[in-house]
Amino acid sequence: MRVTFPHMGFMHIPIKSLLEGLHREVVVPPPITQHTLALGIKYAPESACLPLKIGLGNYIEALEAGADTILMAGGWGPCRFGLYAQVQRDILQELGYDFQMVILEAPDSKISQLFDQLKRLGEKVSFFEAVQAIRFAWYKTAAIEKAEERYLFTLPRTIDKDRAEQLWDQVLLGIDQAKSRKAVDEILNQALQAWDGLPLHHEPVLRIGLVGEVYTVLEPFSNQNIARNLGRLNAEVSNSIQLTEWLNDNLFKGHLIKSRTPHINNCARPYLPCSVGGHGRETVGTTVNFAHQGYDGVVQVGPLTCMPEIVAQTILIRVAKEEQIPCMTLYFDEHSGNAGIQTRLEAFTDMLRRRKALQTENSDFQQGGTCSAVLSRG
Amino acid sequence: MQYFLGVDIGSVSSNFVLIDQQQQVVSKVYLRTNGNPVNAIREGFQSLRRQMPEDAGIAAVGATGSGRHLADIILGADVVKNEITTHAVAACHYDPACQTVIEIGGQDSKIIILRDGIVYDFAMNTVCAAGTGSFLDQQAARLGIAIENLGEQSLASSRPVRIAGRCGVFAESDMIHKQQMGYPMSDILMGLCEAMVRNYLNNVGKGKKILAPVVFQGGVAANRGIRKAFEKSLGLPVAVPENHDVMGAIGAAILAGEAVSASQPTRFRGDGFILEGDFKTRSLDCQGCPNLCEVACIMRDRKILSYWGDRCRKWETSLKPAAQAVVV
Repeated sequence: MRVTFPHMGFMHIPIKSLLEGLHREVVVPPPITQHTLALGIKYAPESACLPLKIGLGNYIEALEAGADTILMAGGWGPCRFGLYAQVQRDILQELGYDFQMVILEAPDSKISQLFDQLKRLGEKVSFFEAVQAIRFAWYKTAAIEKAEERYLFTLPRTIDKDRAEQLWDQVLLGIDQAKSRKAVDEILNQALQAWDGLPLHHEPVLRIGLVGEVYTVLEPFSNQNIARNLGRLNAEVSNSIQLTEWLNDNLFKGHLIKSRTPHINNCARPYLPCSVGGHGRETVGTTVNFAHQGYDGVVQVGPLTCMPEIVAQTILIRVAKEEQIPCMTLYFDEHSGNAGIQTRLEAFTDMLRRRKALQTENSDFQQGGTCSAVLSRG
Repeated sequence: MQYFLGVDIGSVSSNFVLIDQQQQVVSKVYLRTNGNPVNAIREGFQSLRRQMPEDAGIAAVGATGSGRHLADIILGADVVKNEITTHAVAACHYDPACQTVIEIGGQDSKIIILRDGIVYDFAMNTVCAAGTGSFLDQQAARLGIAIENLGEQSLASSRPVRIAGRCGVFAESDMIHKQQMGYPMSDILMGLCEAMVRNYLNNVGKGKKILAPVVFQGGVAANRGIRKAFEKSLGLPVAVPENHDVMGAIGAAILAGEAVSASQPTRFRGDGFILEGDFKTRSLDCQGCPNLCEVACIMRDRKILSYWGDRCRKWETSLKPAAQAVVV
């Protein structure tokens, strides 16, 4: 059995580690490229959303590379994602691929059901080994998230943005190859130190919350690397969703760490008191949460035609007004030209800077400071 | 006498303006990009040069539009700004009290909400060009009417017909149907204008609070039918500035003027660089990974000025100022 799975951000690193811990041979799909997307577009239903198409491309490339088993998350609820594993399986079968598809479902009641599912995936694995494998994979994820946080903090503040980006790519490679917790710690600490040592500039830095559909938030290929682009515009990006959080909420039913979901739902309540499928409610809730934390703006991302995000987008108009937080929505599809996205991001950060400058000026005025006559432009 | 140059290289038109120290437009050039922005930039610059007074010097350059980076490479810009910011700056300069800017260009349309002279909110059309100048262009061509006369003709209408505005294809089939029913041309044209305005307000303007004064700019603002349809739909007067077609360039010029100061000399490359050399663009398929990025490259004679279009930025960052390669 040679197992593969779809890409989503850096998720392949912990999943690979987990499966190897279960004594499985793993075929990580090649990094997502235009070719991956082209394959997905060719065989997926035209009206399906981007995550299905890219995922399908991942499978085809992995099957070609020798995989014979696909591991995919299932799900339920009004978002189409719950059905994607089945649709993708049918398409691949029609194309004549010989493979087995294992669909991981979140347990209904007991966490042990999930451990059982994972254990069955393994070969001659004791319960203890299964738990060890999960814990090491989790350790890697937490380390990467810590690195990501520092990277997203450093990128907008440093002059040497190329170097900051290189370090991030190196951390991902290093942690992927690490075999022990000690090795993970070493790589992480080295990178943290290197980021801290980069030369800084003294321009003001914006803080922007990235909210929206989980795949588009987590997978840089699908969002045209928005965090990097904003970082280069001196804006620090905070993701509304972390991979650990998503896995904890969706697969482990909140058993691993304390879930933020009740708090986020509370934030959403005045605007959206119920679930609308997908991440609709989380989008609204995390936007409110970012506003409470004093962020300068929020960018909502989603795949084109994503119903829950369309619902959330409409509600964000009211959130933006009442919580005083500018929001911009970007939908992504197969188009590759990034001039349009770049223009919108530049315009958005320009706007945030001016609004921020004006606010500072007003508060200076209230505190008795002098108000400079004209705002500087640009 | 020192002037500031603003250029707006769009998908459909390329605009050039020269403003003086008092931010008044001295001369302007509006020409079609025709899919060849490099040519458009040189041609536009040349014809602007001819209009300029003999003793005039260029003290600063601002570039905007989707081709702003290309303009920067060829002209040497002090400010490279997105279209939202430049249009807002120009609208504020035209009417400092302005609260809403409607801008409809060749392939995109935008709304900018201003409060107290700063951009408060904005939106651009997303994936479809149904409500933009290209669509009007195409329909005018189909009906055999010069695009310049479309607005005038529609003003004669007393009873505009209803045309679906959501999609260019739907609109076209609706128009054909109404023509076949025998409606007068002016009513159909006004119907088209109203459909475009409805589309704009429902998509681009969705959820935005449109307050007077409203300034309407961009190439489509020349169309008096569209302007009338906006006024009817909004119930507000809509002002169209005299230089509505080059507002982006004006904004870029104003920003450029603010950016250069005694301590910051201009990056303008000078007439010789722009007008004498032979500029060429080439594209190459990078074989570095399966992305197979199409990398564009611009050269002046044999010197490579810039690469762009690669996802990993390998090519883009390969030309640090010190090491500019020479292609043999």
